[in-house]
Amino acid sequence: MTPFADQPLEEQIAQWRGHLRRQPGVRVADVEELEGHLRDQLAELKANGLAGDEAFLVAVKRMGSLDALSREFARAHSERLWKQLVLDSLSDGPAAVSNTETFAVLGFAVAAAMAVQLPGLFGVHLSPNDELPLFYRRNACLLVLPLLALYFLWKRGAAVGSSLWLAVPFAAGAVFANVFPFPVGSQTQVLTALHLPIALWLAVGFAYTRNRWFTDGPWMDFVRFSGELAIYYVLIALGGGVFTAFTMMMFKAIDLDAAWFVFGFMVPCGAAGAVIVGAWLVEAKQSVIENMAPVLTKLFTPLFTLLLLGFLATMAWTGQPMNVKRELLIGFDLLLVLVMGLVLYAASARDPEAPPDFFDALQLLLVGSALLVDGVALAAIAGRISEFGLTPNRVAALGENLVLLVNLAGSAWLYARFLRGRGSFGSLERWLVAYLPVHAGWAALVVMAFPPLFGYR
Amino acid sequence: MELNKDLVAASATPLVLAILAEGESYGYAIIKRVAELSGGHWQWTDGMLYPVLHRLERQGFVEATWVTSETGRKRKYYRITADGRAQLDAQRQQWQVVDETLRGVWMKVCPA
Repeated sequence: MTPFADQPLEEQIAQWRGHLRRQPGVRVADVEELEGHLRDQLAELKANGLAGDEAFLVAVKRMGSLDALSREFARAHSERLWKQLVLDSLSDGPAAVSNTETFAVLGFAVAAAMAVQLPGLFGVHLSPNDELPLFYRRNACLLVLPLLALYFLWKRGAAVGSSLWLAVPFAAGAVFANVFPFPVGSQTQVLTALHLPIALWLAVGFAYTRNRWFTDGPWMDFVRFSGELAIYYVLIALGGGVFTAFTMMMFKAIDLDAAWFVFGFMVPCGAAGAVIVGAWLVEAKQSVIENMAPVLTKLFTPLFTLLLLGFLATMAWTGQPMNVKRELLIGFDLLLVLVMGLVLYAASARDPEAPPDFFDALQLLLVGSALLVDGVALAAIAGRISEFGLTPNRVAALGENLVLLVNLAGSAWLYARFLRGRGSFGSLERWLVAYLPVHAGWAALVVMAFPPLFGYR
Repeated sequence: MELNKDLVAASATPLVLAILAEGESYGYAIIKRVAELSGGHWQWTDGMLYPVLHRLERQGFVEATWVTSETGRKRKYYRITADGRAQLDAQRQQWQVVDETLRGVWMKVCPA
């Protein structure tokens, strides 16, 4: 089959292929492509009169060093390295977490923990007996997220000058969270507390991606990072819950009530520090969780698809009209957020070059059925929105619903094109990434414009 | 004369796209074409072409298909897409600006 009957040369090629195969970021198909190139080169060199092993030496030399080659492949396919921790430490082998990094992370985490106590100096205290002060609800993300952004800027070695603008969104957030004269029980105040973190998360994204604009690679990594952080955070929170329970139980054993310490200091500081530690864990231990998060997506995509289809079928079968309650809109918002999360996560954990498979069809089915269910709900709500009156909550929920609807509809369209072989998965990725600022923009709009628009009620 | 590494990296995309605009091709043939066009001045470590091609494929500027030749070996052929042509056009205009600018100042500085 091969034009090279000479045995030693074949062995040499096999050895070279083996070395190449072990390079991180190089796949079987790439090896095949490069081997084809090597053989073309060998054929030509031999035709020019070189002996087999001479030709091999020249051809391999021209191909370039395997390390450099592997690094270039890794750059072109950063997603492949996600599980191998080599992106920044390619030259010095598998990354060991350095001491400086550990101390820096501890420093940032402690800073975040202290930041949460900062308002205490100005008389805004956390106490187990009172409700969480609204000041905290509005400003919690402002105390923690800037430190997370700083951590990434430090970790990525970003230049100070070019990153200085990142202070602007945080400063703006601080202004808009605190200048408005919210009365007691204000809806717009709660909306601010909910939407500010979403808007600021985009600023964290800029720190994560080293101020890159929305080109697919690093921002898709950021989406992946966000999902992983959520999982890590839940895990840490579970551990924290156990830790809290033990603290309370043990001090109770000596008849002391530790609640003021636990809920005034330990829990809030821990919750803030955990954001930084979680982010660091995601960065450092990508390979550990890599096996878990895609499994969660794979597990729940079919389940939610079944639920939505079952719901639609039941509704069609029984003819039961949708019972339009006030909370309905928010419920469906959450449903769309969840579906969006599944889509984003599945997309970010997928090999963009793989051909369409069954799971992609399932994703399309999930998105399609979610759109249908949401359409039915919106139609039901639209008829009665005037009856309910336009409160800030409802307008915010409706706007968010439309923002998500457009995003999902676009994804469904691109998924369908991809499945029919008309488009690449890359175009879907680009759409998802390009749409991220729309979510943040809407959240920013709610924070900045809603309170004055609705008279702070 | 050896070309500067950064210069090679910056011009790789328009060069590869332009060669593919001439017709579909595969890695080895592209390298040969580059050598031919540059009169041998373009010294590329051959392997470096492939990450460039893969990146272009990912960006949707080229499409690839595996073709089995009559000798039984598989080859990955690359073809430029409509997006790729648009990108090539955009890059060409940028390079023209660079070229004209440099030319303008060099005429004055070293009139040889």
